[in-house]
Amino acid sequence: MTSSVLLSATTFIYGIAGFLYCFAWVFKKPGAGRLASWVTLGGLAGNTAGFILRWVESYRMGFGHAPLSNLYESLIFFAWTIALIYLFIEWRYQNRVIGAFSAPLAFLTMAYASLSPNISDRIQPLIPALKSNWLIAHVITCFIGYGAFAVAFGVSIMYLLKSRRGEGEGGLVGRFPPTAVLDELTHQLGMFGFLFLSAGIITGAVWANSAWGRYWGWDPKETWSLITWFIYATLLHARMMRGWRGRRIAWLSIVGFGAVLFTYFGVNLLPGLHSYQSMGQ
Amino acid sequence: MSSLKASNGVVDAIWKLLASIQLTIVLLMSLAGTSIIGTLIPQNSEPAAYVAAFGETLFRFFSVLGLFDMYHSWWFQILIVLLAANVVVCSADRLSAGRRILFVRQPAYQAARFRSLPDREAFTEERGPEILRALYEPYVSRKARAVHIETTEDGFRMFGENGRWTRFGVYAVHLSVVLLLIGGLIGSIFGFDGFVTIPEGDTVQQISLRSTGERLRLPFAIRCDDFDVSFYETGAPKEFRSSLTLLENGRPVLQKEIIVNDPLRYQGISIFQSSYGTVPSREAVLSFTSRGTGMVYTQEMKVGQEAHLPENLGTFVLAELRHQTQFKGHPVGDAFIGRLTTPDGTAQEVVLPIRFPTFDRMRRGEVVIAVDQFKEKHYTGLQVNKDPGVDVVYSGFILMILGCYVTFFRSHQQVCVEAVRKGSGALVTIYGTANKNKASMQRRIQRLAIALKEMK
Ligand code: HEM
Repeated sequence: MTSSVLLSATTFIYGIAGFLYCFAWVFKKPGAGRLASWVTLGGLAGNTAGFILRWVESYRMGFGHAPLSNLYESLIFFAWTIALIYLFIEWRYQNRVIGAFSAPLAFLTMAYASLSPNISDRIQPLIPALKSNWLIAHVITCFIGYGAFAVAFGVSIMYLLKSRRGEGEGGLVGRFPPTAVLDELTHQLGMFGFLFLSAGIITGAVWANSAWGRYWGWDPKETWSLITWFIYATLLHARMMRGWRGRRIAWLSIVGFGAVLFTYFGVNLLPGLHSYQSMGQ
Repeated sequence: MSSLKASNGVVDAIWKLLASIQLTIVLLMSLAGTSIIGTLIPQNSEPAAYVAAFGETLFRFFSVLGLFDMYHSWWFQILIVLLAANVVVCSADRLSAGRRILFVRQPAYQAARFRSLPDREAFTEERGPEILRALYEPYVSRKARAVHIETTEDGFRMFGENGRWTRFGVYAVHLSVVLLLIGGLIGSIFGFDGFVTIPEGDTVQQISLRSTGERLRLPFAIRCDDFDVSFYETGAPKEFRSSLTLLENGRPVLQKEIIVNDPLRYQGISIFQSSYGTVPSREAVLSFTSRGTGMVYTQEMKVGQEAHLPENLGTFVLAELRHQTQFKGHPVGDAFIGRLTTPDGTAQEVVLPIRFPTFDRMRRGEVVIAVDQFKEKHYTGLQVNKDPGVDVVYSGFILMILGCYVTFFRSHQQVCVEAVRKGSGALVTIYGTANKNKASMQRRIQRLAIALKEMK
């Protein structure tokens, strides 16, 4: 079996998990929810195996490197962090409704990696600038942060839906965790993501300094990661001001995730150079 | 007197503003918002390109706002300086306001405060408070700091805490932001950012600065002994490698092979492998065509060599290889420059652009000279930098990560173990409080209860 077959299967499994979580939530079927957790765990296992297999394959091709060097590989890793962080949250909070807002994100990430015509899944050798352990540290830390922000994004959507309806109401939204829990979760994920985003920006800066002799150059990708960082710093500080709990924090988390996506995909549309830009094609 | 008061009032107001978290929110959001502009408008391009893109009026307007180099514009710098002032003042303010919490060795515990806490765990013991006290004391003293024991009417209370220092985490983060800014400032004042290309075998001592294009003389010369590039089967470059020798007063002081991601550092100056290309080498095969007879004579020549031409056409010296030559104001690329001396003693300069083999016909001389073949050799493109602020910036990096970790995931926790006589045994209650992450406090208290229950 090749890694791409395994990873395509993983895409499918995450899709099923997302569907099961939604089904369990909408039709109040706890059995489907429990199944969804196992399916997600299976997806995570497939994702991990695909990652490792791809690593092995690159060695067989004679230019082995960790599969974290282009857009396709980073998306695979992104889906992995989303699934892992979500499962941790599910275990800690014992609530599966959040899965209906998280598992589909892992699915979409994998689907985009597999299906987008602009993304090549070929294993390519590393160009000189990418041969650095700092690059590996950079990608891992960034995407752990992005994974946390992705789950926080799902939770913030839930918060907004729930806070519009009022706490005690039944119905679909009534099965969400209480708003206080959702708010706390957004904050926790925001802190966790902020730590890793900071580490990601820092390792990126150290890498840039070892490759090009400058740790910061205001290129659009760098700048957008800093914009993202400012937004989440705002979120952390805004919680200390009265009246900024809840809805505004949820909105900041949604805008922050928008900035994450733009840093990741949108920047390629802007003028400038960052290695992924040419590597992704 | 009153003016002093008024000025105090102003200072107070400014201090209050700079200490406010509202200002932080405004600044962080402004920085995020305005930073977008510089990613939409390409930075530091040629003015002509901007005029073409935006038109004359908009170009003027954007220029005044500094949008073409906006991260160095006055208003962006002001936002950053304000953020720095904000974080310094705010931290100073909080450090002084919170010094009674931050800088105490032996805290004064108040039982009443613990009793009002929701997080607690209670159990009954068959042993009396005296026995329990002797049992618990060594354990709690080992697990907690600043332990304090009170004897009460019918038992005892034991207090302890952990992680008071974690309250400094947030100040570490804020200090790290200041360190990053200071490091950046040091780099921009005392550092430089330059570029140089060196053909294999050549030595240079001057580089061009990226920002202004000015030339800068280094305290040492760089010689490129060798350059190699290797490729993957796909044609993508695999590795660039330059063998460099640094020379001081003509004497070699350091030799190293550099590749991308593995630079050379000497005297605070770093040399990075950045790019490469090819230049003609200083050898060529020249052809000399006699106008009179139509005969073609070829000869291999090196720069500096002299050739006596047949048919009494004169002597020719291959004087130099000139990069990016101009001929009567027109760029003609790399060219060999020769000096032709005819038998009557007149000398003239002959320009032989490599790209235009028939160029010399235009001279309408008795002999037409052309470059038939030439060898190429590599040049290495090096980034040459000095940034004395890097160490400060890197300490900021480390401090930021440590500070964030401590702030987010560690907390200052206090526990109170209270034992009250009950019949022949005792009722033990454990209370706990934490400044953050209260959910985990509950679990800690439960674990402590289990540990104390099992104590023999
Ligand atoms: C880019 C700059 C800044 C960064 C990266 C930063 C980072 C942080 C972080 C990570 C926290 C912890 C938040 C939490 O526990 O959820 C924090 C807390 C805080 N920050 Fe900042 N901060 C910055 C600028 C500022 C500024 C300019 C102020 C000025 C008022 C400020 C005031 C505070 C305060 C008052 C706290 C709460 C401290 C406490 O809990 O006792 N921060 N900051």
